[in-house]
Amino acid sequence: MHADPKGVLTGVHFMDGDHACCEGALAAGARFAAGYPITPSTEVVERFAARIPTIGGIFIQMEDELAASIAIQGAVWGGAKAFTVTSGPGFSLMMEHIGLAAMTETPCVFVNVQRGGPSTGLPTLPGQADMMQARWGSHGDYGIIALCPNSPQECFDLTITAFNLSEEFRVPVMMMLDECVGHMTEKVVIPEAESIEVTPRRYTKRSPEEYRPFEPQEDLVPEMVKAGDGYRFHITGLTHDERGYPDMSVGTQDRLVRRLTEKVKPAGDGRALYETGDLDDAEVAVVSYGITSRVAQRALQLARARGIRAGKFRLITAWPFPERQIRELAGLVKAFVVPELNLGQMVYEVERSAAGKAKVIPVTHAGGTVHNPDVILDAIMEAVR
Amino acid sequence: MIETTLDIPADARNPVEPFLRMERMPHIWCAGCGIGTTVNCFTRALLKSKANLDKVAVVSGIGCTGRVAGYARLDSFHTTHGRAIPFATGLKLANPELQVVVYSGDGDLFAIGGNHFIHAARRNMDLKVICVNNMIYAMTGGQTAPTTPLEALTSTAPYGVSEPAFNLVSLAEAAGACYVARWTTYHVMQLSRSMEEALGKKGFCFIEVLSPCPTLYQRRNRMGDGLDAMKYYKEASKIRHGAPTSECSLSKSGEIVVGKFVDRERPDYCELLRAQMCQSLGERYAEPEVVCSR
Amino acid sequence: MAKGFVSIAAERCKGCGFCVEFCPTRVLVLSSAFNSTGYHPPHVVAAEKCSGCDLCGMYCPDFAIFGGRYAR
Repeated sequence: MHADPKGVLTGVHFMDGDHACCEGALAAGARFAAGYPITPSTEVVERFAARIPTIGGIFIQMEDELAASIAIQGAVWGGAKAFTVTSGPGFSLMMEHIGLAAMTETPCVFVNVQRGGPSTGLPTLPGQADMMQARWGSHGDYGIIALCPNSPQECFDLTITAFNLSEEFRVPVMMMLDECVGHMTEKVVIPEAESIEVTPRRYTKRSPEEYRPFEPQEDLVPEMVKAGDGYRFHITGLTHDERGYPDMSVGTQDRLVRRLTEKVKPAGDGRALYETGDLDDAEVAVVSYGITSRVAQRALQLARARGIRAGKFRLITAWPFPERQIRELAGLVKAFVVPELNLGQMVYEVERSAAGKAKVIPVTHAGGTVHNPDVILDAIMEAVR
Repeated sequence: MIETTLDIPADARNPVEPFLRMERMPHIWCAGCGIGTTVNCFTRALLKSKANLDKVAVVSGIGCTGRVAGYARLDSFHTTHGRAIPFATGLKLANPELQVVVYSGDGDLFAIGGNHFIHAARRNMDLKVICVNNMIYAMTGGQTAPTTPLEALTSTAPYGVSEPAFNLVSLAEAAGACYVARWTTYHVMQLSRSMEEALGKKGFCFIEVLSPCPTLYQRRNRMGDGLDAMKYYKEASKIRHGAPTSECSLSKSGEIVVGKFVDRERPDYCELLRAQMCQSLGERYAEPEVVCSR
Repeated sequence: MAKGFVSIAAERCKGCGFCVEFCPTRVLVLSSAFNSTGYHPPHVVAAEKCSGCDLCGMYCPDFAIFGGRYAR
């Protein structure tokens, strides 16, 4: 279905990534946001708080991130499309409810504008060190989807994608910005509402008597209902059977947890989003994401100017990790260079997917600013040596 | 099987059954636990309130009382530890026609969830909060709760509790609740009436129910079983409607002041939000339409 | 003739004794027999006294008993 024009600010704008992310949420149909202030993410909800009363929806500033991250789930079960926004310390507090959303298959979006960590770290400066936390931060086995924009335009576009994927797969989807992308101001084109595709919620057509809340459909995703429609359904964070009732048996645990993990895999395998450039003849592939991909672009130009056959592979879908693409590429290039604003996170995924077929060189950075392109260039040169 | 000598009409049915997921019985609560008693009172209050049950949602946190959501044949949500109130807040704001009842225990609502409780009361969120207070963490084996009275023995205070307990009704009043009552599981009629009253009142309503935990609280403190707790409630309770909540602290074996302490009018969150938005935005304000289309 | 009746689902009973203790007309006692889970459920000893007030049903934490009044 098309976007509701009420939420779509059609036009050409000059705005930062945080604001563009908010506009993406509005265009995707989000009419509920709960948040707790934290730099450098607050502008997303500040804009939402300013915009939503004239569109028709709710913003509530909660007492902490635990509250914000579960208030959105209450709103979803009440029928809303909902999201919350935070940065590292708040993201840590939200982990419990990312697990709840995964377990109860609650479609919702978590935006994390990453800053330097650990702990309070660098509140106003960039980092990309929450990438593994996004995937593994809550306890237990589950799957999620995470997207990494590298421009304000992508903050807009991918936030819509994030909502759509969350509805399709009934999973929490993470928008993994970083401080630079969040605070970078560029041209953002917001199209007409008719040209924005919005995925509707997978509401069941079954009667309350026939409906089983966690009965998987062909794609392993169950159909949804909302409170107040007479289904008298039960939702629990406990291991549950297809009726949604707690069941502590090993068999039920196995079926449920495997399904929660399996169902998101297609979002990586065939449908992972990524951008490539100059890979046809490349000996070296630079794998990067977010702001680092823009620094890497400069390093790639410098490398090509020196006659080094280097190309880019930009991760847009970080999770599920595009294993197949990296595996195939590993057969073609000599080496991967992986710069990121952390001491090595996604590089382990590249290494695992390359499975020894190509050398993998991390270019680490503790955060606080971006890489110097020369450092990435050095790694590229080392890779072809 | 024991046969009764009574003539039972063929169509006689336990009035709680339509409210419960009977296929999940027997429940997990211990012999002599009072949580089931509070559920009886709640179902009868729902019956009397003539609420449309399709529009009533129960939200629970974690713990023994947290299991109420799993047994209620309503839209019911068993959330995370301490977070029933913020979940309920989102549910209510997204779908204001729902009557949202938070049903949880003292540890869940006042230790790990204490911050959410005071903020929801401050906002006067239109939620009905029923707290079954058994004075201990029961599900995990009898540890000290913020409601455990001084000197009581718990598994984490084997030499007696030394820290003062919360007075829940005073806390609720101070935080802004517009309806505050306390009963025990002995006071089934009064409790049910209070629940019915709260269901009919807009705003943040809080009902504390003292309830036996024979397995972990009574036994460790040599206070007998569930029935002994009920007899204590009967003997030690004094009904004092309108009593200043600051005078209603509880102790291990002292007087229990019960009654309706607060019943006041305050505009609720949604009314205040709407008024402020109308004042600032005038005709530009759009009424929230939060539910996404099919 | 009694005004009311009580219905007991003895298998669901956990023998807490609330219904026996708080029955205003002393209709019930705990049986000496066991149910299959090892509890002593109540049984009726004074059927004629039952007013059908359902206080037993209000108290029973196990939803194992309820009272009702006969239709006139």
